Amino acid sequence: MAATPIVEIHDVSKRYGDGPLVLDGLRLDARAGDFISLIGPSGCGKSTLLRLIAGLSPVTGGHLHVDGRTPDQAAAELAFIFQEPTLLPWLTIARNVEVPLKLRGVAAAECRATRDRVLELVRLGDRASAYPRQLSGGQKMRVSIARALSLAPKILLLDEPFGALDEMTREHLNEELLAIRQSQAWTAFFVTHSVAEAVFLSNRIVVMSANPGRSHTEIAVPFAYPRTEATRLSREYHDLVAEVSGLLRSVETTPA
Amino acid sequence: MSKRTLNILLPAITGALFVAIWYAVRFSMSEEMRFLLPTPGEIIASFQANGTELGRAALNTAEGALLGFLFATLVSSAFALALSVSSLVRISFYPYLMMLQMIPVIIFAPILVLWVGPGLKSVVVITFLICFFPLVVNTTQGLVSTDRNLVELFRMYRASRPQEIFLLRAPAALPYFFTGLRIAATLAPIGALVGDYTAGSSAGDGGGLGFQAIIYSSQAKYPALFATAAVTCVLGFVFVALVLSLSWLSLHHWHDSYERTDN
Repeated sequence: MAATPIVEIHDVSKRYGDGPLVLDGLRLDARAGDFISLIGPSGCGKSTLLRLIAGLSPVTGGHLHVDGRTPDQAAAELAFIFQEPTLLPWLTIARNVEVPLKLRGVAAAECRATRDRVLELVRLGDRASAYPRQLSGGQKMRVSIARALSLAPKILLLDEPFGALDEMTREHLNEELLAIRQSQAWTAFFVTHSVAEAVFLSNRIVVMSANPGRSHTEIAVPFAYPRTEATRLSREYHDLVAEVSGLLRSVETTPA
Repeated sequence: MSKRTLNILLPAITGALFVAIWYAVRFSMSEEMRFLLPTPGEIIASFQANGTELGRAALNTAEGALLGFLFATLVSSAFALALSVSSLVRISFYPYLMMLQMIPVIIFAPILVLWVGPGLKSVVVITFLICFFPLVVNTTQGLVSTDRNLVELFRMYRASRPQEIFLLRAPAALPYFFTGLRIAATLAPIGALVGDYTAGSSAGDGGGLGFQAIIYSSQAKYPALFATAAVTCVLGFVFVALVLSLSWLSLHHWHDSYERTDN
C-alpha cells in the first residue's frame, strides 16, 4: 500500500502583501519518517516554507496539507525549533519544557512525567532547576529540542537550530538528534546553511533557488540510519558533501 | 582593601568632609546671620524637641505616599494592559497621558481640595497623579517589547490571548515595570509632601511633613525645617529600598541586570 504523504506541498506560492513572490510553484511531499533538509541561497524562501507548514503564515497559492488537514487544524502535530533557543528567561529549565504542555492544558502529574522524560532524552535531567542564563548555548538548544518533543509531535520543523553553535557542539547535537529520532517517529523539515549537516542528518535534501524560491533539485541520501561519527569519515559521505556543495554553488551563481 | 570596605568607607569620608565644610561655612558667617544655617548638632537637638510631632507627621505623609503609590501601581498596570492591546489605543491616549503629567499640582491642588476635601484624600490623589505617568509608560513599553520569537512560540502552541498576556508578556515586562516603580518610589514621598503642603489639613491627627514645614517656617524654627527635610529624605530612602528589594526578589534569578560579572 502506498503511504499517503504526511505533508503535501502542491504548487505552493507565497508573497507577503504586495511584495515579490517568495515561493513559486513549490512541490514537495514528505512521507512519515522523512528527514528533509532544505538548503539554498538566502532569500530562497526556505524559512518561509517552514512558517507556512507551521501555519504561522497562510499560503498565497496552491495547497498545503499536514496530516490530511490544513496546517492550522494540524497544529497539535507540529513543533517548531527556532534559530534561537527562545527560552523564557524567568522560568527554570523544567518549567520551560512544561510551557507547551501547560498551554495545552495537560494535567500537572502528566506534565511532570513528560518533562522529566524529555529532559532525560536530551541528557539535561540534572539541570532541571537551573535558569537558562546558567546554561551554555548548546545546552539551551537541547532544552529547546526537549520542549519541542514534549507534545510528541508528528512533524518537527527546525529553522537553522544549530547555526549559532561552534562546530564541535553542532556535530554532537546532530548525533544526539538522530539518536533521539531512532526511538521516535517524527518527520523533520530542517533548514540549514551547512551542507555537511544536511548530508549527515537527512534522507532527502532539497536544494532551492532564489528569487523567487523554487525547488531546484532533490537529492536522496543513501546512508542507512543509525549514522555515527564513522559516517562522517566515510568516502561516500565526503563525495556526497562535495556533490551537494557543487550543486549549491551552481544555484547561487545562476542569475535570477 | 576589599570592595565592601570601600563601599562603606568612601561615602563615610565624603560625608565627614561635607559636615566639616558645613561647620566651616557656618562659623565664617557673621553672628547675626548664623540662624540661616543651623549646625547638624542643632538639627539633631530639634529632632529631640519635635520628635513626636515629626514622627506623627512622617507617618501621615508615609501613609499618603504609600496609598497614592499603590493606587498608581494598580491603576497604571491595568491601564498599561489596555494600552498594550493595540497601537491605535496607544495613539489615542498618549497625548492625554502626557497632559496628566503636565498638570501643575500647585494650581490643581485648591480645586482638588474642593472636590475631595483637604487632608489624606487630596494627598493620595496628588501622589497618584505624580507617580502614574512613569509607571504607565514603562509598563506599557515592557508589555509591547516582548521578544518576537517568544510571541511566535506562543502562537505556534495556539496560546489564548490571556495566556499570552499573563504567561508571556507580563513576566517579560517585569524589568520595565520595576524601572517605572523605582522612579515612582522616588517621586511618591515628594508627591505626598507637595500634596500635604498645598492641600494638607491639621484636622484629625494632624497634617504631614508638608503641613509641618508650613508651621515651622511661620515660626522661624529653621533647625526644625532642616529636620523635616531629613525625615523626608529618610522616607524616600525607605521607599526606594522597598522597591529595590522587591525588584531583586523577582528578577535576580533570571535577569541579566543582576548577573554577577566578577566571576
